[in-house]
Amino acid sequence: MSKANLLDRRQVVSALLANRKDVVAIGGLGASTNDMCAAGDHARNFYLWGGMGGAAMIGLGIALAQPKLPVLVITGDGEMLMGLGSLATIGLQKPSNLSIAVLDNEAYGETGGQTSHTSAAADLVGVARACGIGDSRSVTTMAEVEAFAKAVHDVSAGPRFANVKIDSANLERILPSRDGTYILNRIRGDLGFQPI
Amino acid sequence: MHARADAADTAAESSTHWPDDIFATLQRFGVRQVPYVPDAGHSRLIESVLASSTMRGIPLTTEEEGVALLAGAWTGGQRGVLLMQSSGVGNCINMLSLIPILRFPFLTLVTMRGEWGEFNPWQVPMGSTTQGVFELSGVKVLRASNAAEVPAVLEAAAGQAYNALTPTAVLLSQRLIGAKVFTK
Repeated sequence: MSKANLLDRRQVVSALLANRKDVVAIGGLGASTNDMCAAGDHARNFYLWGGMGGAAMIGLGIALAQPKLPVLVITGDGEMLMGLGSLATIGLQKPSNLSIAVLDNEAYGETGGQTSHTSAAADLVGVARACGIGDSRSVTTMAEVEAFAKAVHDVSAGPRFANVKIDSANLERILPSRDGTYILNRIRGDLGFQPI
Repeated sequence: MHARADAADTAAESSTHWPDDIFATLQRFGVRQVPYVPDAGHSRLIESVLASSTMRGIPLTTEEEGVALLAGAWTGGQRGVLLMQSSGVGNCINMLSLIPILRFPFLTLVTMRGEWGEFNPWQVPMGSTTQGVFELSGVKVLRASNAAEVPAVLEAAAGQAYNALTPTAVLLSQRLIGAKVFTK
């Protein structure tokens, strides 16, 4: 099922990462992490296969440790809803290099497509803004996605948040590595850190 | 969160400066990110962290955020420590699964409630299972029960957490902190 006026999640993620340069990207548990892999595996991709609700906080930890690097969290509406408090934590810290893009299909796609809170009531853009993330956008066009992707590279003007309405099509799974230590240490290695 | 405890027992009265010993150890180990949910037992340490030019205190809305934050901190090259009260340990359970999966250094300092003269029965269930929850989740538990042993326990905990990637929780006992009594 997909509506004509909603965006395609793979196109959205490809556009977010098309000209990524030094971006560190975190993919939230679920289809988001697959989308990131489908856009092209990368040494700075942090694929999550668990820890639901933790994607934005992992992004915050990296952003605070590496204030000159653009950090982009790409996650789903269900994963973001489980970590709503982290928006308040991020709103307080105001890391200027952190961006969050929520792929909002208004459903828990991995578990049978049950509707999520964003389908009828919850407004994630409103939540993010009310938590102190001033640059919080509702995104419904590819032009807006591309503008957000460009803004991600401005590490002095964040944090920023985008809620991207996508269609609810279930796409072929493109599976990244499930080995957490490999994923984490590959990023650390790319950032120039040695093993302990 | 509970109010500042003033009535420490005799053992704790020998020194009220154990939070400064903790701070010194954390500084020596190069800890940079300090996520916390406030607790009276941690108030002095939190004040030191917020006044520090090398550490960043990060208030959380719930403790599990801190586990994920420390994973990110290490990915970005920094060490962290999570400060919380025993009640918050239960809030962390699923997120603790990140630790063996990602193998980042995990150190948490937990002020205990629900033991040693506790007056509030609502604190007892989680206080009683705090150590068990950690152990079932693969986190080693060390305990400090008096001020004199705080430096050695912190040194051991930080050493094994940061040097050996052994996930470690230090339980700061209610006997050390002082049990607060609100009843007459």
